[in-house]
Amino acid sequence: MATVTNPSTASTGSLTAKALREATFTAVMTFLMFVLFVGLKTDQNMRNELILVPRWGLLAIFVIIAFVGRFAMVAWLQPWRTARKAAKDAAPAQTTDAGFVKRNFSKLAILALVLYPPIILSLFGAQGSLKYIDNFGIQILIYVMLAWGLNIVVGLAGLLDLGYVAFYAVGAYSYALLSINFGFSFWILLPLAGILSAFWGIILGFPVLRLKGDYLAIVTLAFGEIIRLVLINWQDVTQGTFGISGIPKITLFGIPFDASPHGFAKIFNLPMSSAYYKVFLFYLILLLCLLTAFVTIRLRRLPIGRAWEALREDEIACRSLGINTVTTKLTAFAIGAMFGGFAGSFFAARQGFVSPESFVFLESAVILSIVVLGGMGSLTGIAIAAIAMVGGTELLREMDFLKHIFGPDFTPELYRMLIFGLAMITMMLVRPRGFVGSREPTAFLFERKNVSGSFTKEGHG
Amino acid sequence: MTAETLLKVEGVETFYGNIRALAGVDVEVKKGEIVSLIGANGAGKSTLMMTICGSPQARTGKVIFEGQDITHMPTHEIARLRIAQSPEGRRIFPRMTVYENLQMGASLDNQKFFNEDVEKMFTLFPRLKERQFQRGGTLSGGEQQMLAIARALMARPKLLMLDEPSLGLAPLVSKQIFAAIKLLNEQQGLTVFLVEQNAFAALKLSHRAYVLVNGSITMSGSGSELLANPEVRAAYLEGGAH
Ligand SMILES: Nc1ncnc2c1ncn2[C@@H]1O[C@H](COP(=O)(O)OP(=O)(O)OP(=O)(O)O)[C@@H](O)[C@H]1O
Ligand SMILES: [Mg+2]
Repeated sequence: MATVTNPSTASTGSLTAKALREATFTAVMTFLMFVLFVGLKTDQNMRNELILVPRWGLLAIFVIIAFVGRFAMVAWLQPWRTARKAAKDAAPAQTTDAGFVKRNFSKLAILALVLYPPIILSLFGAQGSLKYIDNFGIQILIYVMLAWGLNIVVGLAGLLDLGYVAFYAVGAYSYALLSINFGFSFWILLPLAGILSAFWGIILGFPVLRLKGDYLAIVTLAFGEIIRLVLINWQDVTQGTFGISGIPKITLFGIPFDASPHGFAKIFNLPMSSAYYKVFLFYLILLLCLLTAFVTIRLRRLPIGRAWEALREDEIACRSLGINTVTTKLTAFAIGAMFGGFAGSFFAARQGFVSPESFVFLESAVILSIVVLGGMGSLTGIAIAAIAMVGGTELLREMDFLKHIFGPDFTPELYRMLIFGLAMITMMLVRPRGFVGSREPTAFLFERKNVSGSFTKEGHG
Repeated sequence: MTAETLLKVEGVETFYGNIRALAGVDVEVKKGEIVSLIGANGAGKSTLMMTICGSPQARTGKVIFEGQDITHMPTHEIARLRIAQSPEGRRIFPRMTVYENLQMGASLDNQKFFNEDVEKMFTLFPRLKERQFQRGGTLSGGEQQMLAIARALMARPKLLMLDEPSLGLAPLVSKQIFAAIKLLNEQQGLTVFLVEQNAFAALKLSHRAYVLVNGSITMSGSGSELLANPEVRAAYLEGGAH
């Protein structure tokens, strides 16, 4: 066609036609893809014979979702996005003054987290709040901390570590074994677990010093599995797959959270409730998270943090600038592992029970995907990713109404990997650099300027 | 010449696996000199520069810097003796800003002279000042080259080694770069070891020069001597920009 038609009014009709066409195509593809997996199900009948159970209704739902989704995408979402982009480009390049919320985001977030338990307590009462403080609060914060710890290794130093859960395990078992066998308190064992994990971080670091990328990933993966297998097979100490139970609770500087006369509730003249312990744990893990963030932010401005980031970009250049890449790598492994160890000992104290089940490769993968989704290196992005991912999983557990749609044996939490997968794919399409894809420079002369991620080369490092 | 020797390379042989890239090279750089090394592609120029920096290390022979044998030192310790290099391919940190790249260059002094030095770099390369908050990876080739040189200079080097600083640059920009090198040498007495494809510009700039062919030095002399040498002209200058 020689004429250039403006796609404003003339093409609305053709747009609908195009959307219909693409939606039909997508629906057909969906049908073909799912007809054997969803449309037909193999089952056993009374006589133990293999039979095919058709599930046409379910298949129809899949196909309809695909059709409607694609139609909406082509007919409304895409034009809306191009229009918005055009409007943005047309608008004079103004220096957008970041809003109040944006400027003080982290302060506001911390304030909200500090106020979270009292608000929840007053809304739902002691018993009703347990779920929100424990499942949504503590659980998410543990992952935030783990992801921030792994971020030092992966996001800052650029060392792809697929076995991070090993350090989490070392921390958890250190606390479990030392507190049960020697009666040490949490406050002594927390730093000790961190040191032990850091030590194992260095142990892992040495053999992989020369490795990069894929090779490093494989060796760290193996390391994680080795630790888990040791935990399973060293039965005299770890009690194997049975795990260790009866791990002592954390005390508030010697005040236990129990019904005894010197328990927390009695001393403060409060009615006995397990909610206090949970609230206490919430603040404790919040503190640990803040410590992790603080250390990360401080380190980034120190020579060692800068060396990590330089190492991620170019190892040879680092050496020629006089940076000892061996110690730089080892410190990254050690400090990352240390935070994993802190989180692990907290985890053991909170659960009261540890077993190798909790430290499978899937956990490493989840933590790593939180780091990647969050945009490698951005603390805020990682925290948001953790909330979305772990919170999403917990939400799935709550969605009992799905049972009415998909039948009574539908267990929603089994689909959490589906959420992860969907989130990953969506993110990689929409924001390939993660939620917060810009790296804040650590050095500035006059003013602070964010350098957007989109200016840099794709796929470097 | 009475100036004392800063760097001495004696009979150095360097191997990549079984391939011998340097076959007994002797090179000497005196304090305050600009010495350049010219040679065809694959002659071993970059290898010689990297051997001086200790990666890869020489299998036989010696590298001596200020009287100290540095042949088997690890690279980062050699860098701490204040041998700075702008390696082949520039190797700036692409995701860090220009300013941060310069900070990395000053790693050795723990930023003691940082503010003073960074101002010097911005006077030397005003372009970098304009771009100080831009990411290294988004700079143009010429700007990246300036950044690589500036980053090396931030270490306050006793010896600056540059591998093909004019590679891929417009004639005007490479002229600026050579002018900057000359200025540093004349004003501050900086010793420079230069690897160049642009033989004409390099020889004009240098006090002395070496010609490397297949891993061996075949000729050496003052810049003007080599410029006048018919063999050098035939091999490296004919058809080149004069
Ligand atoms: N890492 C390596 N492994 C194996 N061989 C190598 C390696 N690096 C260089 N070589 C070989 O060593 C020889 C010298 O290479 P070098 O890079 O020093 O050449 P050069 O003089 O710098 O060339 P150019 O002008 O093209 O940069 C070449 O034959 C090259 O193939
Ligand atoms: Mg070369």
